[in-house]
Amino acid sequence: MTAPPRQAMSTVIVGAGPAGIRAAQTLLAHGLRPCLLDESLRGGGQVYRRQPEHFKRSAKALYGFEAGKAESVHATLDQLQSEIDYRPETLVWNAETRTLDTLHNGRAAQVPFKHLIVATGATDRILPVPGWTLPGVYSLGAAQIALKFQGCAIGERVVFAGSGPLLYLVAYQYAKAGATVAAVLDSSPFSAQTRALPALLGQPSTLAKGLYYRAWLTAHGVPVHQGVHLHEIQGERRVSGVSWQQGQQRKNLACDAVAFAHALRSETQLADLLGCEFAWSALNRAWLPTRDAAGRSSVEGVYLAGDGAGIMGADAAEVAGELAALTLLGDIGYRIDRARSIELQRQLEAIQRFRQGLETAFPFPEDWAAKAPDSLTVCRCEEVSAGDIRQTVADGHWEINRVKAMCRVGMGRCQGRMCGVAATEIVAQASGRDIASVGRLRGQAPIKPLPFGVEADQ
Amino acid sequence: MSQPVEVDAVVIGGGIVGASAALFLALSGKRVALLERDFFGSHSSGVNYGGVRRQGRPLSQLPLSRRAHEIWGDLRAFIGTDGEYMRSGHLKLARSDKDMAALVAYEEASRGFGMELQLLDHARLRARFPWAGDVAVGASLCADDGHANPRLVSPAFAVAARRAGAQTFEQAHVSEVSHDGQTFLVRTASGLSFRAPWLLNCAGAWAAQLAQQFGEPVPMRAGHPAMLVTEPLPMFMDVSTGVEGGGIYARQVARGNCVLGGGQGFALDPATARPGQAAILEILRNAVELYPPLAGAQAIRTWSGTEGYLPDREPVLGASSTQPGLLHGFGFAGSGFQIGPAAGEALAQRVCVGASNIDLTPFSITRFQTHLQSQPHTSSPAIVVPSGTDNVIPLFRGRSNP
Ligand SMILES: Cc1cc2nc3c(=O)[nH]c(=O)nc-3n(C[C@H](O)[C@H](O)[C@H](O)COP(=O)(O)OP(=O)(O)OC[C@H]3O[C@@H](n4cnc5c(N)ncnc54)[C@H](O)[C@@H]3O)c2cc1C
Ligand SMILES: Cc1cc2nc3c(=O)[nH]c(=O)nc-3n(C[C@H](O)[C@H](O)[C@H](O)COP(=O)(O)OP(=O)(O)OC[C@H]3O[C@@H](n4cnc5c(N)ncnc54)[C@H](O)[C@@H]3O)c2cc1C
Repeated sequence: MTAPPRQAMSTVIVGAGPAGIRAAQTLLAHGLRPCLLDESLRGGGQVYRRQPEHFKRSAKALYGFEAGKAESVHATLDQLQSEIDYRPETLVWNAETRTLDTLHNGRAAQVPFKHLIVATGATDRILPVPGWTLPGVYSLGAAQIALKFQGCAIGERVVFAGSGPLLYLVAYQYAKAGATVAAVLDSSPFSAQTRALPALLGQPSTLAKGLYYRAWLTAHGVPVHQGVHLHEIQGERRVSGVSWQQGQQRKNLACDAVAFAHALRSETQLADLLGCEFAWSALNRAWLPTRDAAGRSSVEGVYLAGDGAGIMGADAAEVAGELAALTLLGDIGYRIDRARSIELQRQLEAIQRFRQGLETAFPFPEDWAAKAPDSLTVCRCEEVSAGDIRQTVADGHWEINRVKAMCRVGMGRCQGRMCGVAATEIVAQASGRDIASVGRLRGQAPIKPLPFGVEADQ
Repeated sequence: MSQPVEVDAVVIGGGIVGASAALFLALSGKRVALLERDFFGSHSSGVNYGGVRRQGRPLSQLPLSRRAHEIWGDLRAFIGTDGEYMRSGHLKLARSDKDMAALVAYEEASRGFGMELQLLDHARLRARFPWAGDVAVGASLCADDGHANPRLVSPAFAVAARRAGAQTFEQAHVSEVSHDGQTFLVRTASGLSFRAPWLLNCAGAWAAQLAQQFGEPVPMRAGHPAMLVTEPLPMFMDVSTGVEGGGIYARQVARGNCVLGGGQGFALDPATARPGQAAILEILRNAVELYPPLAGAQAIRTWSGTEGYLPDREPVLGASSTQPGLLHGFGFAGSGFQIGPAAGEALAQRVCVGASNIDLTPFSITRFQTHLQSQPHTSSPAIVVPSGTDNVIPLFRGRSNP
């Protein structure tokens, strides 16, 4: 393989999901060879995560309706690989004045950039329930990864809980793969979904898929309960069942595994370390790096694409990746197809309206914090309970970084990527403050843990 | 605007120095207002390494440090919490015979200050601290030094001051100070105002601006020690450690996490700093030879802070030479956590009884007057902006398109 020319180093993409891959493709089509960094073994990102090389399941089996899109994204990456500087298994752990710090095979290196597209994607948004630290409890995404990547299920009788479109999708994928889906417990009420219908009709095919999964589950005898408050995951040494509340009724169900999440949260640490400006997004109920309609962040030369800057899903990620690349090219003097750029912006706006509909259909359970018992472990790494956080608030603290300093919530291995959302909710509830005013956990390097004895270039 | 609140003393800066000054003033029955721009103990005082050590300090600081040691010994009585303070011992490692000779010389010179340093040759070091890396040829142990959790200790000083009767304010950025010949008038950006005969400048790395306003410029620079913490590890080290000649320092907390420091970070803006890639990698590469049990451990978080340094690395502590009623306490050069409470107490004594028990001459602000031309004293109001740092490296924050 010939090394790409030197100028290639000045344009870097972080994240080889749909957004990053489409961005790389677009840059290359204009003659710019980017460096594409991704911490995972094989590109594809979260939604189109690829199985290990020797696994031979069909795309149809793995990605269902999305098989065509998955194959297209993968094929694109395969074609690009020899033309760009693609570096899988490369974690970006820090950013500092026009340089990214990477870790690959235990070796630290630096990647300078002039222009950067941040396409770091998302992970599950977790709202803990009592018992969530038992073996056998997974996030929805993790359950899906187990299936997509390794071809294994997390249990034999699995309960899916939480809310969001992924809830039904993953339950469906498990049932199709032959696992017993004991129940789907959706926190959002049916009425919300009816209310959301007008907005959802804007993307009929996506809506149709959602309805299909749902209908399929019902047709195959999978109990689907709505308006559910998951009360507890039970078990001694591992999961043995769940109990939940629906209206006035308390119900129990035996199972050996639980997958749960309430939609997704953006991976924003890199944008934070880069100095990007953040703003509160009521839709995502999160502080997010701001981007203009064309994908520019507040930092010159830094562009944001995909779910890393706000959850919009896989199709939007592809669109946003291409758009950010076009914007970048235009900004540095390349001739670009302006009409295409406008068309992509229009597509994103349409998906955004649909996304608003989804938020209506699967509303955030605003009463979660009030219902969380004091004994609930919020931060697994540092073993901080809801009660500990409430005590810290009672001591007069309300700013999330300050609460972290006082009671250690978010200080552990995950750096708040798991528990940050829940901790912020509890602080807002306990202090009576508006969720936005509680602030956001400041990003601190390393984005993921870094080993001692690491070797370094230079 | 409402009438200024009348107090005996206003303290600017709610770090450990200002908060303990406020505490001791309140304990002496003075009416005191403690004004903090951000949150109490959220800057150097709350983000430091947590070393509570006397060993290794210049002899000039040992009287204050000895007094501070007494306060730390009684911490719970003063602030209502032990803040994870442990008298674990402080072990200073030597990597060469020359460094060991320096430890020997320090032990001799510092006798009489009650530290009771124990010199350990290679064999005794190995026997007592088997985890120590082979690069260490010997060490000096101060058995009564220790470490504490700065995030808990420093804010607790402000809480204790409040309990003792001080008026304490967070999010209260002092934006304007003037003196009318009788008293100071102090205003905050949040709309508070105070009148007081005494003003204590405990604004940490940002204190130079006020000194300058009163005709006492000081050549203070901001520094940003780089810090890092590991995931919890099996306990292997029960002392806080450092290395003669500088370099890496490390301690292990009760949960098992190791906190390490070494090298310098950089400023993001006048009030925030990051450790920087070079410093982080240096620590990760070099710590293992000193602390072999760290091999393969994972660092989970890094941080830094903003600390004031004067060229001689001694603080400015004591009365202004130009403005009666003004006291300074800043510039602790990366080691003010341990002596902070004694520094605050000394300032309080100056207010209450006219002089501190401990001689503060070595820390007088006048030591810079020969180096720098003093500006004429003006009592007109000036804006105190938090930009007293002169080595701020800005991060790019521009916007390509509005
Ligand atoms: C587990 C999971 C399953 C999902 N399944 C679906 C689904 O079935 N259908 C659907 O529509 N949506 C799904 N989503 C939503 C998904 O976020 C998007 O639809 C889509 O993957 C977004 O694409 P993206 O390119 O923005 O980010 P991603 O696909 O998430 O790709 C981001 C990439 O960036 C890499 N990365 C992130 N940070 C760093 C770093 N610091 N250093 C190096 N590399 C980094 C990651 O390894 C990843 O490969 C899923 C999300 C998750 C978390
Ligand atoms: C990373 C690091 C590691 C360290 N390790 C150690 C150690 O192990 N042992 C040790 O003894 N020392 C250590 N130190 C040094 C020690 O932390 C400091 O010397 C000490 O905390 C200084 O206290 P302070 O109150 O003077 O300053 P600060 O804690 O910085 O407090 C000054 C306060 O003044 C406020 N302020 C500034 N301007 C205004 C204004 N205009 N209005 C209102 N408020 C204002 C600031 O917001 C700030 O909170 C370390 C320092 C750092 C940064």
